[in-house]
Amino acid sequence: MKIVELVLKGDKRAAGKLISMIEDDDPGATEALAAIYPHTGKAHIVGFTGPPGVGKSSLINRLIREFRVRDRKVGVVAVDPTSPFTGGAVLGDRIRMSDTGTDPGVFIRSMATRGHTGGLGLATFDAVKVLDASGIDLVFVETVGAGQSEIEIASRAHTTVVVQMPQSGDAVQALKAGILEIGDLYVVNKTDLGGADAMSSNLDFMLEERQGWRPPVIQTSALEGTGVKELADAINKHYRYLKGGAGWRRKESDRARKELYESMRRLLAESFADETEGITLEETVGAIVARKTDARAAAKKLLRDLKLPK
Amino acid sequence: MAKKIRVLMAKPGLDGHDRGAKVVARALRDAGMEVIYTGLRQTPEDIVEAAIQEDVDAIGLSSLSGAHMALFPEVVKLLKKRGAGDIVVVAGGIIPDDDVPRLAKAGIKAVFGPGTPLADIVAFFRSAAK
Repeated sequence: MKIVELVLKGDKRAAGKLISMIEDDDPGATEALAAIYPHTGKAHIVGFTGPPGVGKSSLINRLIREFRVRDRKVGVVAVDPTSPFTGGAVLGDRIRMSDTGTDPGVFIRSMATRGHTGGLGLATFDAVKVLDASGIDLVFVETVGAGQSEIEIASRAHTTVVVQMPQSGDAVQALKAGILEIGDLYVVNKTDLGGADAMSSNLDFMLEERQGWRPPVIQTSALEGTGVKELADAINKHYRYLKGGAGWRRKESDRARKELYESMRRLLAESFADETEGITLEETVGAIVARKTDARAAAKKLLRDLKLPK
Repeated sequence: MAKKIRVLMAKPGLDGHDRGAKVVARALRDAGMEVIYTGLRQTPEDIVEAAIQEDVDAIGLSSLSGAHMALFPEVVKLLKKRGAGDIVVVAGGIIPDDDVPRLAKAGIKAVFGPGTPLADIVAFFRSAAK
C-alpha cells in the first residue's frame, strides 16, 4: 500500500491520513496497521494523566522543546472528550503546544474519545503505532483530564506520568486508590502557585519501591519552565530502568495483552451489530426478561454459536 | 463508524479577538464535528502544518485586524505546496466587501461576515467536507 510506504518514510501527510482512516474505521485501516506493525516497537511511549487544568499540555509543550534540544523526534497524541450528546468535540490541547510551530521533528495529533471511556480514544494507541513506524523516538500520550479511576493509560504506556498541582487536596486524597497508584513518575506542576512542597511530601509519603523502581516526585512550573530538564532526565532514567531489566518486556506483554483483549471485545461487539445477530440478541433479551433463561447461560450459548465477521 | 468531519479553527496574524472563532467552534461541535482549536497569533506556516498533522477536512480562518489579504491566500498557497490542496479554506471576521471576490480568486471557498447565521456556516462545512 502506498500510504504505508509513505508513513514508513516519515511523510506527515500520509501519517495524518492513516490516523484518520483508523479513527473512522476505514476498510483499509486494518491492512495498513498490519503492514506497519513490524516497524513499530522502537518508540518510548510516555503517558500523561491527571485532573483537568493541572497543566499537562503546557508541560508537554515544554518537554517537546527539551527533547528536541536533545535531538529526539517527538510525537504527541492528545485526547479530549467527545460530547455524549452531539458526538462533536472541541480539541484544545494543541493551543498549549504552539511553541513547536513547523519543526519537522514534531508531530502533534489531537484526538476525541468518540465514546471510549478510560480517558483515551479507541484509536489512540493505533495512532501511536503510526507515529512509531514513521520514525518518532518518543511519543507522549495525553489523556483527557482524568479523575480518580481513569487508569487505562498505565497498561498502555511504557512510562506513566501522573501530574498534580499544589492546593488540590490533602494527604488523604493522596492515599486513595486509583490514579495516584499508577505513576512511574509524579509531577507537582504549577509550583509558581506556592504550596508545592506540601503536595510533594503528601505524594511522596504514599509511594514505595515496586519492582526495583521508586517513583520520584518532581516539581515543575510549565509557566516558568522550571523543573523541565529534571522531568526529561527522569523520563530517560525510567526508560533505562525498563530496558536494563525485565521491565520493558513486562510492559510490552501488558500492552499486547490489553490490546488483544480489547480487539476481542471489539470483534464481539461488531458481531452483534450485524442485523441478523442483532435480532438473535433481542430475542435472547426477551427470553431473559420472560425468565426462560438467564443472562449467563444465554451468553454462553450465544458465544458458542457465534459467527465472527470477516 | 461514519467519517467524522474535522475542522481546524485558527487566528492568523496579530489581533487578539477570538470570540467569533470560539462561537463558530462551539456551533460546529454541537453539529457533531471535531474542532481543533489552535488559538491566536498563528503564522500561515503553523496553520498548514497543524492542518496536515490533524488531517482536517476544512480550515476556518478568522481575522479582525485587516491583515487577511496578506495571510489568508498564503494558507491556500502553502496547502497546495504540501499536497494538501483538497483541504477547504473558509474565512470569517471583518472582511471588507471589496476583498471578498479577491479572496475567492485566491482560493478561499467562503467568507462569513458578522451576522451570518450559524446554521449557514454549519451547513457549508458539512457540504464542503464531502
